Amino acid sequence: MKRVSLVLTLALAAGLSAQAASAQTLKTVKERGMLSCGVSQGLPGFSSPDDKGNWTGLDVDVCRAISAAIFGDGTKVKFVPLSAKDRFTALQSGEIDVLSRNTTWTLSRDTSLGANFTGVTYYDGQGFLVKKSLKVNSALELNSASVCVQTGTTTEQNLADYFKGNNMKYEVIAFASADETVKAYESGRCDVFTSDVSQLYAERLKLANPADHVVLPEVISKEPLGPMVRHGDDQWFDIVKWTLFAMVDAEELGVTQKNVDEMAKSDKPELKRAFGTDGNLGEQLGLTKDWFARIVKAVGNYGEAFDRNVGAGSKLGIARGLNNLWNKGGIQYAPPIR
Amino acid sequence: MAIESRKPPSQFVLRLQRALGGRAGWGGFVVQLLFVAVLAWIAYEIVANARANLQAQRITAGFGFLQNTAGFDVSQSLIPYTGSDTYTRVFLVGLINTLLVSVIGIFFATVIGFIVALGRLSPNWLLSRISGGYVELVRNLPLLFQILFWYLAVLAALPSPRQSISVFGMFFLNNRGLVIPSPIGNPGFEPFVVAVLIAIVAALALWRYARRQLHQHGNMLTIWPYVLGLLIGLPLVTALIFGAPVTFEMPVLRGFNFAGGSRLIPEFVALTLALATYTAAFIAEIVRAGILSVHKGQMEAGSSLGLHRGEVLRLIVIPQALRVILPPLTNQYLNLTKNSSLAVAIGYPDLVSVFAGTTLSQTGQAIEIIGITMGVYLLISLVTSAIMSFYGWRISRSMG
Repeated sequence: MKRVSLVLTLALAAGLSAQAASAQTLKTVKERGMLSCGVSQGLPGFSSPDDKGNWTGLDVDVCRAISAAIFGDGTKVKFVPLSAKDRFTALQSGEIDVLSRNTTWTLSRDTSLGANFTGVTYYDGQGFLVKKSLKVNSALELNSASVCVQTGTTTEQNLADYFKGNNMKYEVIAFASADETVKAYESGRCDVFTSDVSQLYAERLKLANPADHVVLPEVISKEPLGPMVRHGDDQWFDIVKWTLFAMVDAEELGVTQKNVDEMAKSDKPELKRAFGTDGNLGEQLGLTKDWFARIVKAVGNYGEAFDRNVGAGSKLGIARGLNNLWNKGGIQYAPPIR
Repeated sequence: MAIESRKPPSQFVLRLQRALGGRAGWGGFVVQLLFVAVLAWIAYEIVANARANLQAQRITAGFGFLQNTAGFDVSQSLIPYTGSDTYTRVFLVGLINTLLVSVIGIFFATVIGFIVALGRLSPNWLLSRISGGYVELVRNLPLLFQILFWYLAVLAALPSPRQSISVFGMFFLNNRGLVIPSPIGNPGFEPFVVAVLIAIVAALALWRYARRQLHQHGNMLTIWPYVLGLLIGLPLVTALIFGAPVTFEMPVLRGFNFAGGSRLIPEFVALTLALATYTAAFIAEIVRAGILSVHKGQMEAGSSLGLHRGEVLRLIVIPQALRVILPPLTNQYLNLTKNSSLAVAIGYPDLVSVFAGTTLSQTGQAIEIIGITMGVYLLISLVTSAIMSFYGWRISRSMG
């Protein structure tokens, strides 16, 4: 892990000293014929390789959607698995074109890292996973507990704030990767494993006996997760931002992977604008007229991607909750395509 | 030592020396100066370019972040630390944890290494085979694997805090570490420390006096009863006058963990154990090689003077072997220190974990942080080398 960050740092130093910030990410990606997308090292539901080595997950689908928007093909993606602490360096150094790796949007990350968040793929919050046998019903009963956490995350700071704010003592043991963290929790080194709630559900699946563990009801933080791109390339920023918006708008417009070809023939003005049969919105982004159809064909709309990866249609079975559309009780809201 | 005639350097080497300005007067000097200037220019360009581009991308640069609040906690710290301290404090905490594991690791590695080496050279068949087996087993398995083995297979198998293994109700061993009563200083603490120091100094003076008597006049003095009396008696008398120097705070199981007392965390134990046993295998071979490099005649001469095996080793063989042992031993010490950065795998809060890990990803200032971390490891290594060189210099001087 140390070696990876060292290599990335050297690449960062070399890259930064060799050339000025490239404002031509789209051109570079097209020339390469591949989108380089930073993902997690394996988080079920968000980004993890299946038994055949294919990456799946909500974050992965965002990468595939961008690839589809550019190439008309959702498979032209090179996935780069990154640990929490290497992810920003990989983006800064140009190793990846976009970081789509369950990353929390915060002010300091948006400003000091030389990168921008493009939107929110998943509204999450931090929670606690404990063994049922401890008979704990609330996070407020965790005084003097040992807590396992993955290093290099906002989780570490939220944890400190929460225990301090509630006048509770605790011991923190921080590991470099999620796998090591979970292993230490399972071995009994810690009483509690803390992370984003979605991740707790995902990691619980990996435990020997998932039913012996319970996620406590308290959610102690706001964790809006979203993709990131480098500063200095506004066109690329727009493409990544609008790819996600297109997925959300598609759900709102009722366009699905199945009916996309029929809907493309529709006479409704908002559908005509989205599908490019009226106007050239796709070309304004630097893409083709049919960018919207390409995205939906490759990964479906936001609701479909959610269901397939983390929602009712997946092993995780997480409820839509905050991630439902704004007109269905959630807060997922995309600006109009016009 | 036999004087061997040296071969003159080959034509190629001579030409190379001339080209590099080895001994060729002014011309060589100018070439060397140019070379240094080019290097300096390249270094300057790298720094200036990186800075300009960091600014262009609006990535925060500089060392101002060291004054910011860290906002996260650390499981082991020898200096007072809370989440509201600065990143500078985090850096110190990590550095001290790295030094702690290195120094203790080096101590145990050296002790185990010497014992195994002597065991391997022992005429006792079983002992030498066991020692040999230890070396071959331990040095041929990857270190990371051994760290994980101690951490996940050995220490994690201990019972949970509520089922702790208790020794006299004072020491508790569980999968959260070893909990021991912690001493709390009383008013009598300072006089007690002074008394102990005085006793040690007096004992040392006595020992030097006895040694001079032995070397100069051949009188063997029996001093150990006096030394013992000094070391135990003086502090005891002080404690009787000023009251007990410390009282012990007993650990009590409260909630999930023990409250009160001090705790040795399993991450520290696993890392130290793995580093010490792994490095000891290499040290054992170095020591063995050093001892074997001393001519057999030295040992025979020692025996014929009537010294027994232990004395021959201690007084004659090892001092000579040290000359051979020291340089590669220094290497092993440096390796152990650098290997301690594998701590990150088991969550021990060393410099790489808390500073080049958590701090890096919270501030995103990779270049500065990796730069500082590399500088620190370089400094630790150089200081270790310097200490070992000094020690080597003293030995060779004392042997004339």
